[in-house]
Amino acid sequence: MNFLTGLFDNPGITKALPEAVIETLQMVGISGFFTLLIGLPLGVFLHVSAPGGLLPMKIVNRIVSDIIVNITRSVPFAILMVTLIPLARLITGTSIGPVAASVSLSIATIPFFARLVENALRDVSGGKIDAALVMGSTRMQVVTKVLLGEALPGLVAALTTTLVTLVGYSAMAGIVGGGGLGRLAYNYGVQRFDTQVMVVTIIIIVALVQIIQLAGDFVSRRVDHRSATGTGRRSRPAAAAEGISPDAAPAGTAREPDKAQV
Amino acid sequence: MITVTDLRKVYRQGDRTVTALDGVSLSVPKGSIHGIIGHSGAGKSTLVRCLTLLDRPTSGSVTIDGRELTAVKDSEIRAARRRIGMVFQHANLMDSRTAAANIAHPLELVGTKKSVIDARVKELLALVGLEGSAGAYPAQLSGGQKQRVGIARALASDPDVLLCDEPTSALDPGTTDDILDLISELTRRLGLTVLIITHEMNVVKRICDSVSLLEAGRVVEHGPLREVASDLRGRLAKQLIPLPVTPPSPGGPVLELLFTGQTTSDPVLSALTRRFDTDVNVLAGSVELLAGTRFGRLRIQLDSHTDMAAVHEYLALQGVTVEVAA
Repeated sequence: MNFLTGLFDNPGITKALPEAVIETLQMVGISGFFTLLIGLPLGVFLHVSAPGGLLPMKIVNRIVSDIIVNITRSVPFAILMVTLIPLARLITGTSIGPVAASVSLSIATIPFFARLVENALRDVSGGKIDAALVMGSTRMQVVTKVLLGEALPGLVAALTTTLVTLVGYSAMAGIVGGGGLGRLAYNYGVQRFDTQVMVVTIIIIVALVQIIQLAGDFVSRRVDHRSATGTGRRSRPAAAAEGISPDAAPAGTAREPDKAQV
Repeated sequence: MITVTDLRKVYRQGDRTVTALDGVSLSVPKGSIHGIIGHSGAGKSTLVRCLTLLDRPTSGSVTIDGRELTAVKDSEIRAARRRIGMVFQHANLMDSRTAAANIAHPLELVGTKKSVIDARVKELLALVGLEGSAGAYPAQLSGGQKQRVGIARALASDPDVLLCDEPTSALDPGTTDDILDLISELTRRLGLTVLIITHEMNVVKRICDSVSLLEAGRVVEHGPLREVASDLRGRLAKQLIPLPVTPPSPGGPVLELLFTGQTTSDPVLSALTRRFDTDVNVLAGSVELLAGTRFGRLRIQLDSHTDMAAVHEYLALQGVTVEVAA
């Protein structure tokens, strides 16, 4: 009951919290954007260059898949983040703040997202690709019109998972200089024993993850026409099949990465 | 007109080689429907992949209307493929596209104007009898409707040749007949040349003009339906007009008779009993309508005292093909 006492007088909540929320959103937003921008093509490349793919490139695929993607993914994020501080300074000119933290966040989640994209694309049946090739598609047209279009529900789900992971990573990044909710919880909750701030921060992070997941699930269902009982109705215009839902803020679409992030 | 000459395809699996096609030759006249029948593993799928250039044949050639497909450079493959419409066993429609958008797909690839696409899609939907389902997604369509969309899509780029790979193998018998009738009607209306790959003899019976039997990568029997059906020793004839297996019966000689066209309606057997004063025991029989001609097959047993030479002579005179059963 004394939890609520002075809740709105606590400077940790009235002053530091709004700032921290914005910083967290910045980190998730910026790194989410770059993850989509680089991770999606990387995932497509992993898929098409694999043996038996549209454009098999055995050696290059091996290098990118086994070396770059797997090595990056096997380094724990806390260590990767510290290792990448010089790179962040090189790119952004600073090693602290949400923008600098976004560099290491992006590098950590790009391979993760690329693997999820690769898996989502693998679910597109070879028969559909054959059909597209027989009707005279170029390889690029197969990628844009068949692979991405057919895997869209899976891609949206992959992006949702990635954004949720980013929220978690951003809290860790906050502690070593990124700012945001992680930093707030650590400074107030751990160092000052301010349980009030700690609890409120946790509630906000949980709410943020819920919102991302719910929005992602919603969009994923919206673009999924694979079952007759889905939300795709007969009366829906053909454009719906393309999955352009500009009002769906966090998840965005695979086709238009620039619209994906707010 | 499709001509396939001595097509060979050899796959390498590790250090051993698999010959999937071992010198296949075919010729399908323009405007006709040719069936290629065979069990799984006979090389049907490989043949399809070679005809669409999804796989390059090891040797041999495929020619459509005088132009050699197999000689096409990699950069011209796409234009060459557009002259072939292809219908798949499972339709292979894009789940994320409506029926109309699926049909529009081949047209979008070459940058056709939207107004032209819309008009063409409407026309194609009407052609396959799906006017009301333009906005439906494949998941909302039945198997037969999906296959209709698949056929419309195959015809979108105005191909000369329609290649059907097991088009009805995933459909129920009633829907199979509907789809086959549609293919047959479209062939006539659009002057298509059609190649149907199947393992179902019913498909051949219902719509094919000619047929090839593919076995272990080779065409072992081929010809117009009437010809192969008339060859009593042939394996296709046995499958086209099947007779049940009957246990060996003691007594007189057993004959297999093949009636074609007019003779199927002549009372040949009763004339035979009167003329030779013999008893005819019918062991098995069946009648089929193939490419517009009625074919009948009978297995009969005669009295042992019958003058067989005279019977043979008489039946031959009536236009009945006779085979002495083992």
